[in-house]
Amino acid sequence: MGRLVIALSAATCALFVAALTVGPAQIGPGESLRALIAGDSGPLTLVMREIRLPRAILAVLVGGSLGLAGAAMQGYLRNPLAEPGLIGVSGSAALGAVLAIPTGLAASFALGLPLMALGGALLGVVLVVALAGPRGSSLTLILAGIAISALAAALTSLVLNLSPNPFAANEIVFWMMGSLADRSMLHVGIALPFVLAGWVALGTLGRGLDALTLGEDAAGAMGIGLTRLRLTLIFGTASVIGASTAVAGAIGFVGLVVPHILRPLVGAQPSRLLWASALGGAIMVLAADIAVRVILPDRDLKLGVVTALVGAPLFLHLIYKTRREFG
Amino acid sequence: MSGSMRGFRFLILMCLAGALAVPASADTPDPSPRRVVSMNLCTDQLAMLVAGPDQLISVSYLAYDPRGSAMAEEARAYRMNRGLAEEIYLMQPDLVIAGSFSTRATVDMLRRLGIPVAIFDPAYSLDDVRTRLREMGDTLGRANAAEALIADFDAQLEALRAGSAARLRAAIYYANGYTSGDRTLAGQILDAAGFDNAAVEAGFAAGGILPLEVLALLDPSVLITGRRYPAASRSEAILDHPVVQFLREGRASGTFADRDWVCGTPYVLRAIAELRDVHQSVAGE
Repeated sequence: MGRLVIALSAATCALFVAALTVGPAQIGPGESLRALIAGDSGPLTLVMREIRLPRAILAVLVGGSLGLAGAAMQGYLRNPLAEPGLIGVSGSAALGAVLAIPTGLAASFALGLPLMALGGALLGVVLVVALAGPRGSSLTLILAGIAISALAAALTSLVLNLSPNPFAANEIVFWMMGSLADRSMLHVGIALPFVLAGWVALGTLGRGLDALTLGEDAAGAMGIGLTRLRLTLIFGTASVIGASTAVAGAIGFVGLVVPHILRPLVGAQPSRLLWASALGGAIMVLAADIAVRVILPDRDLKLGVVTALVGAPLFLHLIYKTRREFG
Repeated sequence: MSGSMRGFRFLILMCLAGALAVPASADTPDPSPRRVVSMNLCTDQLAMLVAGPDQLISVSYLAYDPRGSAMAEEARAYRMNRGLAEEIYLMQPDLVIAGSFSTRATVDMLRRLGIPVAIFDPAYSLDDVRTRLREMGDTLGRANAAEALIADFDAQLEALRAGSAARLRAAIYYANGYTSGDRTLAGQILDAAGFDNAAVEAGFAAGGILPLEVLALLDPSVLITGRRYPAASRSEAILDHPVVQFLREGRASGTFADRDWVCGTPYVLRAIAELRDVHQSVAGE
C-alpha cells in the first residue's frame, strides 16, 4: 500500500510539473519554471502564473474529484459501472451551471456558479441512488443513468439555445466534453472550497464502505449508520462533481477507468481504493490535459474527448464482463 | 396509406405552383426584379443600400437587431423573414438573395419552386466591399446607384487613410479566444486604421483561436475586444481573464460593435473611424 501511494504521488508530481511546461506558447521548460517561481512583471510570468498554474491545479482538483467520486459511488452501490459521468451526475451538474450563467447568478456572486452546479449534481445523485436502490442491479443503474443524462443534456441544450447571447449555443460542446483551457486562479478559488469539503466527506466513508462489502445487515451490525453513510456519499459526490463541472464542464469516464485499474492493486478494499483513485484521477486528467495540448495544440481539443476515447472501450469491456447479469 | 397519398398530392400541388411561378417572372418585360427578398444579414444591408423604391420587400430578422445590423432602423420599413422556404415562397418574390452560408436546403427548395436565388459570398477585404456593392447593383438592375455608393466609399476611405501616423501593433480578441488575421475583413479594418496585426506574427493570417498564452507573449500595444451581448456567456468570460485584464490595463484598448465589423458594407468606415481615434489617442501620448 505504502509503495502504491508513493508511486502515485510521484507520478502526480511529475505530471504536474510536465503540465506546467507544456503549452501553445513555445517556452523552454527551465525558462518557464524560472518565470513561475522567480517571477517578474514580464509576460512570461503572467503566462505561467495566470494561465498554466491554474490549469495544472484544476487538473489535479478535477481529476482527484472524479476518481474519488467514482470509487465512492462504486463502493456504495457495489457496482463497477457507477461513474458520475455515465450515471448523469456530471450532466445534471452542467445543467445547474448553465442555468447560473444567463440568469446572472454566476456574475452577481462568486459562488453562484459552483452552488448551482452543486444543486444540479445533488439532484442527479439523489435520483440515481433512489432509482437504483441501495443494491441496484447494473441494468437499473445504467438505465437510470441514461435517462438522467439524456434529460440533463436536453435541458442544457434548451437553456443554451434559448439564450439571447449568440455564443451560447456553441457552448454545448464545452459542457458535454469539458475543457481546462484558459481557466484562471478565479476558477481555482471558486472550486477549491467545495472540492476540499467533498474530499473530506468522501474520505470518511472508507470504514463504512469496507463494512458494506459484507452486506448491509453485517454493516449495520458493525455499527455503521447506513442513512448517515448515504447522506455523506450524496453530499460529498455532489460537492466535488458540482464544483469540478462548474469550472471544467462534464468530463466522463475518469471515475470508471481509474478505480478499475487500481482495484486489483489495493486488494479490492474500498477504503484504500478511495485515496488511490483520487491520486489516479489526478494523474489521468493531468495526462489527458497534456495530451490535448500536445496532439492538437491549435484546435482546442476538448478534454472529455480524450478521456472518452480511453474510457469508452473499457466501459464496453466491463459491460461484456457483466452481461450475464444483464441477460 | 392515406397519409402518404395526401403527401403525394401536396407534392404535386407544390410542383405545379413552382411551375406556375416561373413563367410569371419570365414574362416581365423589365429584366430587373421587382419583388426581392433577402435572407442574409449582409445581403440585407447591401440590398437596402442599393435597391430602388419598393423593389425590396423583405429582409431577414437579423437585420432588425441593432447589435448585429448597422441598418436596424431602416430594416423596419421591410417585412421580416426568418429564412424559411415556406414563408419566403408565400411572399411571391421574383428574386431571393442569399449568402453563401445560407441554409443549403432552403436555397434548393426555393429553386425547385422556380424562384431564382442569387448567392453572395461574404466580404473578406475592403476590396470585396466594392465588389459586393457592384454585384448587388447588377443583380437589382441598379448599377448606377451601386457605383455612386462605391465612389462615396472610396472617397471616405481615402480621407480616413490620409495623414496616417506611425504604425502600432494591435491584436483583435473575440469571445472564445478567436482572432482575425490579415486576410479577413476585420484584419483589413485594423490595417486601414493604422495598425499592424500582432496575430499575424504568430501565424494567424486568416484568423482562428489564438491561445491566451500566445496573446500574452505577443504583448500588443493595443487590444481590441468585442462588445458584450446580453445574457452572459462562457464564451465571453475569457475577456474577463486576468491576463486579458492585464493587457488592457495601462494601455489603450478598443471595443468594437459587431454591426460595423461583420458585413462588407460601407459601414465598415465607421469601424475604421473609431479605431483611428484609438490609434490617435495612443500615438498622441
